[in-house]
Amino acid sequence: MRILEGEKVTKHFGGLAAVSQVDFHVDQGEIFGLIGPNGAGKTTLFNLISGAFVPKPGVIKFKGEKISGLKPHKICRMGMARTFQEVKIFGGVPAIQNVALGAMFGTPKGMSPSEATKEAEELLDFVGFSVPKTIPAGGLTLVNQKRVEIARALATKAELIMLDEGMAGLTPTETAESMELVTRIRDRGVTVFMIEHVMKAIMGVCDRIMVLHHGEKIADGTPKEIATSKKVIAVYLGE
Amino acid sequence: MDITRFKSKGFFVPGLISLVLLILLATLPLSLGGYTVVLATTILMYAILTVNWVLFSGPSGYMSLASAAFFGVGIYIGALLLPNTGQALPLLVVVVLGGLASSLVAFGVGALTLRLRGIYFAIFTFGLVVLILELLNWWEHTISHIRGRFVMVVDNNTIFYVMLGIFVATMLTFFFFRRSKFGLALQSIGQNEEAAAHSGVNVTMVKVLTFALSAFFAGAAGVIWATRLTYIDPYIAFNPLFSFMPVLMAIFGGMGQIYGPVVGAAIFAYLQEQLQTKFPEAYMLIFGAVLIATVLFMRDGLVGVIQKGWRRLRLIGGQNADT
Repeated sequence: MRILEGEKVTKHFGGLAAVSQVDFHVDQGEIFGLIGPNGAGKTTLFNLISGAFVPKPGVIKFKGEKISGLKPHKICRMGMARTFQEVKIFGGVPAIQNVALGAMFGTPKGMSPSEATKEAEELLDFVGFSVPKTIPAGGLTLVNQKRVEIARALATKAELIMLDEGMAGLTPTETAESMELVTRIRDRGVTVFMIEHVMKAIMGVCDRIMVLHHGEKIADGTPKEIATSKKVIAVYLGE
Repeated sequence: MDITRFKSKGFFVPGLISLVLLILLATLPLSLGGYTVVLATTILMYAILTVNWVLFSGPSGYMSLASAAFFGVGIYIGALLLPNTGQALPLLVVVVLGGLASSLVAFGVGALTLRLRGIYFAIFTFGLVVLILELLNWWEHTISHIRGRFVMVVDNNTIFYVMLGIFVATMLTFFFFRRSKFGLALQSIGQNEEAAAHSGVNVTMVKVLTFALSAFFAGAAGVIWATRLTYIDPYIAFNPLFSFMPVLMAIFGGMGQIYGPVVGAAIFAYLQEQLQTKFPEAYMLIFGAVLIATVLFMRDGLVGVIQKGWRRLRLIGGQNADT
């Protein structure tokens, strides 16, 4: 079943088409990767899906319902959450409350503070957050900030989670942990849609991959198909 | 609520101190009376404006200069409904109406302008004060032909008790709001609005409703302040000073703790009163110097200094216990 689909999704910034006529879909339960060189329009596509921008023209559907044009908080409550390329956390707020916020406001019905705190505690353990949970998030290391972000997204009871370069800037060990976390998230029943530059990681965990270049989709398929596609190799290595 | 247990170390001691202070305040007219009551009313008024400014602008980071507009709307409602020719409604009803009117203005303005960020929002909110002032001026000159309005005289003790009531309501609201999930949401908006929106927070609603909530008490205080002024015109009601003072008092007191804005308002208002009577020429100058010193040397306000001192004291105590 298709949990997310986009038809002819387009976004212009001035005269430049950041995303152009992109058709895509994400199946329920899969790990779907999005790759492409810098400036390919990957993050713009995430912003279009999560409601930060509205595609024009184009339609995005989540669980069969049209979501393009809805506010981000509405889309979040429908069951879709995301992280950001440049980590966006609430720096002065304890890590646990960063996560609890997602549970209080991002779930369809909302949770009471005490339920949300319990949920946040479990999720921080789940993502491998290993320092005291009351530390203000701004004082954490990058990997832990990224974990807080993922836990916050999961706290919204998301059915689809979008990870924007969750592994950028991490050490090899942390990257390996992060890859393992992605598969554990999928095993919870959450569909994963991820942007990643670390090729080893994305080839290793994804079921399918889509490639963007200059805002256009140039390929999609299994990791093996993508790795052997002449078009993709040309884009990455030059002709 | 579990969510706050990381912040608070118990209610008992602060609660007890608040209660004792409240009893002392409530018996003030009996014990000291006269000028002290008038001064205490002024201090309470500033404390209400300051705490309500901190309620919204503290966590959200949206610097509002609209306090004078909300306060002024209350003052005008007070003058209209409590004229010296005889009041139409009971005092307390008018106080609530003044609060509601201010909230309504804040709601409308907030819905229109809370998408503005940073300095633009500050400028717009200040523009609001001037806009309402000039509109009323025009109205009074060309349509109603009323120059200034006389307000019903109410005795000082009644004014004091109403102000105290509004102050207590403000503090309770402030206290519970900060601990509620909406307090957390507003704080998250202040730290990263985009992340808050994508985590399910209806950022517009949280901002607008909090803005309206903070305007309520400012408006209510305005109504009772009108009876203290006894004569008002648009310039008196919408004095821009009431937009700036709460900000200065909050910075002076410090926003990290709930008592910060109150302490700041109390000391500032007292200082203002004293300087104005003792050094009428140099009062603004001294005032300015105090403010500059605050910003330069006490980044976290008085509260920061108190906390630092307290920590040092405890450290010394701990060392003594060891040796």
